[in-house]
Amino acid sequence: MNQVIYLDNAATTRTRPEVVEAMVPYFSEHYGNPSSVYEFSSPCKEAIDHAREAIAESLGAKKNEIYFTAGGTESDNWAIKATAEAYASKGKHIITSKIEHHAVLHTCEYLEKRGFEVTYLNVDENGIIKLEELKRAIRPDTILISIMFANNEIGTIQPIKEIGAIAREHGILFHTDAVQAYCHVPISVDEYQIDMLSASGHKLNGPKGIGFLYIRTGLKTRSFIHGGAQERKRRGGTENVPGIVGLGKAVEMAMGTMEERAEKERELRDYLIDKVMKEVSFVRLNGHRINRLTNNANFAFQFIEGESMLIMLDMNGICGSSGSACTSGSLDPSHVLLAIGLPHEIAHGSLRLTLCEENTREEMDYVVEKIKEIVEKLRSMSPLYEDYVKRPGAKGHM
Amino acid sequence: MYTEKVMDHFQNPRNVGEIENASGTGTVGNAKCGDIMRIYLDIDENQVIRDVKFKTFGCGAAVATSSMATEMVKGKTVQEAMEVTNKAVMEALDGLPPVKVHCSLLAEEAIHAALWDYAEKNGITIQGLEKPKSDISEHEEDEEY
Repeated sequence: MNQVIYLDNAATTRTRPEVVEAMVPYFSEHYGNPSSVYEFSSPCKEAIDHAREAIAESLGAKKNEIYFTAGGTESDNWAIKATAEAYASKGKHIITSKIEHHAVLHTCEYLEKRGFEVTYLNVDENGIIKLEELKRAIRPDTILISIMFANNEIGTIQPIKEIGAIAREHGILFHTDAVQAYCHVPISVDEYQIDMLSASGHKLNGPKGIGFLYIRTGLKTRSFIHGGAQERKRRGGTENVPGIVGLGKAVEMAMGTMEERAEKERELRDYLIDKVMKEVSFVRLNGHRINRLTNNANFAFQFIEGESMLIMLDMNGICGSSGSACTSGSLDPSHVLLAIGLPHEIAHGSLRLTLCEENTREEMDYVVEKIKEIVEKLRSMSPLYEDYVKRPGAKGHM
Repeated sequence: MYTEKVMDHFQNPRNVGEIENASGTGTVGNAKCGDIMRIYLDIDENQVIRDVKFKTFGCGAAVATSSMATEMVKGKTVQEAMEVTNKAVMEALDGLPPVKVHCSLLAEEAIHAALWDYAEKNGITIQGLEKPKSDISEHEEDEEY
């Protein structure tokens, strides 16, 4: 098999050809600055308006509640920092979870150094926060709850509706990082009582470098990027017109195919999970078996290390990712895997495969075949496996 | 990300395995950090390393440095083996990415730990050899945000 089998759709997705096609004129013909008064720029303004409308509709929101940003990370930074600043006189306490993306966690840590207090909620073994713990964490000075919609590593989906209800009941703002979930699961900001929502274009077959923040009307959250009257004076900087057009197109297409796509992905994901669990020894599935993103599979293979696995998969044309320390650039494995209770050495052996509707069963068969070979080879080199096999009382090999 | 030599030693690691009744064995690193290296040495009566085997739990760089280090100490006297430093191993592999330099430290430490074991068992002194540290990563820290 010479082709690449791309199973890292949680990292980024292929930009749809229709999306690229929709963007091209906004590089070549319609290059005017949307802020300019002349007629030449009006197609740009209209295109932005159209994209904003498509996004608003996808969430059941109003058009003027959608603000374009450079992506999910900026949206998270904006939502948390600007809200903390705007509501500091009311209180300085924020509640989030231990399994958030670093865009949320590092932003919270930044605020902690500036006088805010942050409660990091635990999660259960599947990566789901406990609503009782959330309720107990609420204080009179709590101004914001930020809980991700679905986790980027293990795919677990949070009880967003219940969290939204708790937040609203206590008069606390609720932000959700929906980068992995948006356009993959149905979201209604009113039904779920979401006050702010972050999303990114390149996770839904749109372009990179574009995203948005939904901010409910009436919030005091103001500008984060200063320097212009764009986005109703809340986000300075000339609009990324081709990016916005691409994002709008990607959202329209993704919303139109969501159900059918989810069904295909779920079937393929379950096929992959069942096969790996059945054919490989000393393996566990990380995250909730059912309540997870339709395209996410995350395994931990005991006695071996993730980066070695990734390189060997790469040599076989398979793209995946891992939560091992060596892939995170630090000494600790993924904070998400530690939060669901995995010991370090098992967390180092994690492998995340995130598929898309274009993958096939044949590809899954090939991938599982390769995983088996690789796991066997790495275990034969592993001192941890050697210790396990030779442990006192061991009855020979597995 | 990795040089051709690193990839070669990762894909075709030399000297993987165990030695029964080894003259010296050393295990360094810890599972918490994601790197464990174990070296077995078979040393003859003239203090020459006759054979060497390793097992490693770790990333591509950890496997490749283990493999290269074992190649470099094979056939050497225990005293000569002391000259196989992390720098020498790294150079032999045409370099490592900066974040992986600690993996080469692990290889040196593993060899030293195995030599220490041998020296202790036989009541000899190897010049320049110090008691191995248990965790080579203890001084590294993450950057602040």
